[in-house]
Amino acid sequence: MNRFASVGDSAVLVELASEFTEQANQHVVALDQAINRAIDEASVVGIVETVPAYVSVLVVFDPLVTDHDAVRAAISLLDTTGAATVDPSRHHVAVCYDLGVAPDLEAVAAYSRLSPDGLVEAHLSGSYRVVMYGFAPGYAYLSGVPDSINVPRKQQPVRGVPAGSVIIAGGQCLITTIEMPTGWSVIGRTHFRVLPDQPDAPFAFRPGDEIVFDRITLDEYEATS
Amino acid sequence: MNTASLRVVAAGPLVTFQDGGRLGHLRHGIPASGPMDRRAHAIANVVLGNPAAATAVEISRAGASFECVGASLTVAVVGGRFLTSVNGVAVGSDVAMTLGPGDQLVVAAGPSGSWAYLAVAGDLVASQWLGHTATHSLSGLGGGNVTAGLDVEVLATRADPRVDGPVGVFAGNGLVDGAVRVVLGPQDHRFTAEALRHFVTVPFALTEGFDRMGVRLDGPQLDLDAALSIPSEPIVRGSVQVAGDGVATVLLADHQTTGGYPKIATVVSADLDALCQLRPGDSVRFVPVTPTQAIVVARARAAAFEKFLDSDLLATRRLARRLTETDLIGDVGTDILG
Repeated sequence: MNRFASVGDSAVLVELASEFTEQANQHVVALDQAINRAIDEASVVGIVETVPAYVSVLVVFDPLVTDHDAVRAAISLLDTTGAATVDPSRHHVAVCYDLGVAPDLEAVAAYSRLSPDGLVEAHLSGSYRVVMYGFAPGYAYLSGVPDSINVPRKQQPVRGVPAGSVIIAGGQCLITTIEMPTGWSVIGRTHFRVLPDQPDAPFAFRPGDEIVFDRITLDEYEATS
Repeated sequence: MNTASLRVVAAGPLVTFQDGGRLGHLRHGIPASGPMDRRAHAIANVVLGNPAAATAVEISRAGASFECVGASLTVAVVGGRFLTSVNGVAVGSDVAMTLGPGDQLVVAAGPSGSWAYLAVAGDLVASQWLGHTATHSLSGLGGGNVTAGLDVEVLATRADPRVDGPVGVFAGNGLVDGAVRVVLGPQDHRFTAEALRHFVTVPFALTEGFDRMGVRLDGPQLDLDAALSIPSEPIVRGSVQVAGDGVATVLLADHQTTGGYPKIATVVSADLDALCQLRPGDSVRFVPVTPTQAIVVARARAAAFEKFLDSDLLATRRLARRLTETDLIGDVGTDILG
């Protein structure tokens, strides 16, 4: 049963589950798509944007046009029983795992009782899916990190982690888009840009998309840009 | 068409370009950004005849100073009782003035307030990201920081001394007795009864941990009912997030878009501008309202502000605009009195 909570004067949070599972998140993607279909078909009024997350969807509305109860009622009427209708895309992301650009790889390997190569193999073996964008611009949270490399966050964030870093923590993985401090572990680097600076397609991923990491050498990394 | 520029002589941290905000990208991890005090920003623009969401310079308490270059230019400085001076002569706060080439404009923190808006009569040039100049301070994306040495270019300038003078102040914007209205939740049920009681009865003070992302509060520790780890959930501007140490933070214009800490309440949008204009050390108390009451407040505030823009503030402006349009038809140019 979905839990609806009012958020301030202009949003409703729909919680579909209390814990993350792939199935719960697929319901999130389906509900998010259903609401946006309804917006496109103009069968709901006043909904400004939706934000899909791990187990919830935030529905932002214009309080001059509608209110919490009307939005809640409109969402409850939507048919979300079917699977998501927009087919996910698959993206290949070339990652260099050389220690020179992967400062935390050895520590994560040691924590996971793996060799550095074993850690890379484990990371490559995950079946990654975009759960949501969160926190900062273009930060696409990926599920599917193998349990064998589930490392906690560091005690203290490290400053100056460059854009394009492949970082993991707590069973999550993402590719950074801006230089920022992070407490996650940096295990690789990529030229792939989640914010590709293309005005007609400014975001590389959609929630639900599949991501495949491919290993490249430092020479291959440095030969490309 | 005339162009002018404002050469930045000095600018402290957190002086940025901001248009009305980049709405609609929360799902991409991008908050709207835009002005911390949205009404002051709108007033500064509208008094000059600009669209309310036009690009202006947001000035923090660190202040900024400019030199007018190239042509005469009418500007407005609105918000936060900042001290404005031209060539060393104080001209007050919430004020419009026409600068000539070589004039020095200084905007400095005054007796109260944290953010002022410098709007220009014309089209301020700033780089866009996703169609907006609003600056996301964490990444610098958007128009970016306004720093010393920069020439802020203004196209299609208008020098219009008839709007010079005090700008009407929107009376409906202040907090009454430091009361900030909140809708409890979405995770209020995660807190102890004592924490919820303290939240709405004990005053909180703003701390120095105050930037465009949010303001950390000093007050009673707000304990959770049970240790928990909730999957990251979306956050809105005004979310009151409580970290693991029981300290509350109100998230503001450049807020992170998701977070795993529980949100005890959400500040109603009508009270956010005034909250942003407070300073570290200032005290607030949270007053819970129902979601229905929050909607009523939002609609009443929007109507009052619309009325303010339509009547009081623009009484002078409408006259000025009519004259300007006449001149445009006669192709005399917009610099009609310059």
